[in-house]
Amino acid sequence: MPILFWLRSPKTTRARYFDTSKGEKMKRTKNVLAMLLAIALVLCSCGGGNTADTGPIKIGVNYELSGAVASYGIDSVRGIQMAIDEINAAGGIKGRTVELVIYDNTSEPAEATSLAAKLMEQDNVVACLGPATSGSFKATIPSAQSNKVPVISASATADKEVTVDANGNVNEYVFRICFTDSFQGVTMANFSANTLNAQNAVIFMDSASDYAKGLAESYRATFEALGGNIVAEEAYVAGDTDFRAVLTKIKATNPEVMFIPGYYEEAGLIIAQAREQGIDIPILGADGFDSPTLADLAGKEALTDVFFSNHYSSLDESQSVQDFIAAFKAANNDVAPNAFEALGYDLGNFIADCVSRAATIDGEGVKNAIAETTNFVGVTGSFSIGADHNPVKAVVVIELNNGEQVGAQRVEVSQ
Amino acid sequence: MDVPRTVFTKRNLVWLAVCLSIYFLVFFLRSYGILGNYHEITIAQICINIMLAVSLNLIVGFTGQFSLGHAGFMSIGAYATSLALRSRPDTIGFLIGITIGSVLALVVGVIIGIPTLRLRGDYLGIATLGMAEIIRVVFLNLKITNGAAGLMGTFRAANWTWLYLLTVMAVLAINNFVNSSHGRACISIREDETASEAMGVNTTAYKIIAFAFGAFFAGAAGGLYSSYFYFIKPDLFGFLKSIDMLVIVVLGGLGSITGTIISAILLSLLTTILQDFSSVRMIVYSVILVIIMLFRPQGLMGTVEISHVIDKFARKDKEDANTVS
Repeated sequence: MPILFWLRSPKTTRARYFDTSKGEKMKRTKNVLAMLLAIALVLCSCGGGNTADTGPIKIGVNYELSGAVASYGIDSVRGIQMAIDEINAAGGIKGRTVELVIYDNTSEPAEATSLAAKLMEQDNVVACLGPATSGSFKATIPSAQSNKVPVISASATADKEVTVDANGNVNEYVFRICFTDSFQGVTMANFSANTLNAQNAVIFMDSASDYAKGLAESYRATFEALGGNIVAEEAYVAGDTDFRAVLTKIKATNPEVMFIPGYYEEAGLIIAQAREQGIDIPILGADGFDSPTLADLAGKEALTDVFFSNHYSSLDESQSVQDFIAAFKAANNDVAPNAFEALGYDLGNFIADCVSRAATIDGEGVKNAIAETTNFVGVTGSFSIGADHNPVKAVVVIELNNGEQVGAQRVEVSQ
Repeated sequence: MDVPRTVFTKRNLVWLAVCLSIYFLVFFLRSYGILGNYHEITIAQICINIMLAVSLNLIVGFTGQFSLGHAGFMSIGAYATSLALRSRPDTIGFLIGITIGSVLALVVGVIIGIPTLRLRGDYLGIATLGMAEIIRVVFLNLKITNGAAGLMGTFRAANWTWLYLLTVMAVLAINNFVNSSHGRACISIREDETASEAMGVNTTAYKIIAFAFGAFFAGAAGGLYSSYFYFIKPDLFGFLKSIDMLVIVVLGGLGSITGTIISAILLSLLTTILQDFSSVRMIVYSVILVIIMLFRPQGLMGTVEISHVIDKFARKDKEDANTVS
């Protein structure tokens, strides 16, 4: 510690670079005192919670309602709210209503950590839903583990260190109800080899995104294991707009399918330019393709023979999906639900189902009920929770023809 | 050990007592369960913000060098600590990481400071902004930092003791620096660079010292952040993070450590309280900033320190006593 004292040279008096009149000084002193008082008041005003067995069942909602990825959070919460409203209208769970405690984590992981602790310790929720993105969801894991309250995400698709930690141990209180990024790669590889009967595939990936890297790796591994060849692997960087040179190179390798792990902004342009150059093979992608902007960028003509994997399709003919779409449209000015809204709706129903099955309505009971889930039927498919706390779920592969979704099939692959 | 006689003065002992009583107050409130983990998170945010803002105040407030790159230094400390904790998840790993991170931030501060500190005002702001972006993009593309997906911590080494200890050390070191002859050299640069150069102050050297010193503590704050909040990714250390710190400094008063501490506490508490009103949160926060800036354009404290106020009172009492007798 001597260094801390050394820095102040011993014999100097304190520098004064201010001089104020007496009145001002008094005013400042008062201001300081007022501020200290305010701080003291704030620190004292920490409230306690209650754990009554008859009141509403509280479920925490910790989502990105503002900030960089606000649209994911807002859509998810819309879905969750719809599901919970339906449950409350039907009489709640075991005669108790479900109350959502909704907070905005501003798309900041540290804020998500703070809110998870707030929900669990101050609001005494039995489970926390969200956040939507993997990073913020990861930031809530420590709170879940230490408070023994489960956290569930409907859209945190990162492969690593979500439900399973870096050492390979399952995080006991962490669950998700969506498949992982790499699982989509596995599914699309199976789809290429088995459904499209392709032997030679080319991967054209976004090298700046981990999402795309994960997809490309799992696709390559699975496709090669199924006996196919990856004849070329090319990369672009998000923001590129001209892909013609690379596409010429790709065309020369005579692939039978092209897999584009990445987002719709570039994928739309790639598809347009590929078709322009006469590359008329099937083009595959993952849920990054799921946006109306894809058709705007690629043009309707070009979006033929394009397949992408997704969580959900509005073309699914099962009764529950069509009911959900009808109800959603009625409540939202005839706008069809997107994948986040569908996943949010499933998450709301899923947590209600788990709470109703829970032996005790608290974090521990709900956690056990979640882990024991088998064959939950939702609009994004029916699933069971596996030993690694990921759902065992089918991926929907959507076919585009002239820019329209013409077919959707569920592809079951062991995870 | 040869300790100067000025160490155990009444003033230092009083401050030591104040620091220790704050520590034990929070410590006992924690152990009796009055302050839960949720409150500790808020306290952690306060401590980290104090370290960041006080170190930035040294650069912006005392030396007068407009820096928009503080988040870059913070990220160096954060990544170093996170990586150290991943290979060694215990307190030793935390201390190694935070030390390496802070020293690395200091070295980067010197390397970047030498060319950029020739610039003044807005130009320096833009240059430091560019520097922080470069650091961010490096972390975005390195394999060891796991790119855009970020790093997940495995062990929470930072607790109230470490948070408080490091914050007090940072504030103490910067306060002592500012009140030393070196600190006054820095202040003279802020007041008038040409004049201070004419008086024989090596302005370049002092600007770099202040910059590197600030960077060092920003690195330490980053280390605390990554070990407390587990998860870090390059996006967290963007331009907006630097602006957040600058807001705290300007609000507290450019050139007042007390003001910076008060505004860091106030703003962190404000964001926590506003969590319950998510829809109007940003509006209320911004309105409060606008109001404070309208009524206190010099910041909450201007350039006044709490110790100056106490000194003035003490001296006045003495004078009164003298006139009576």
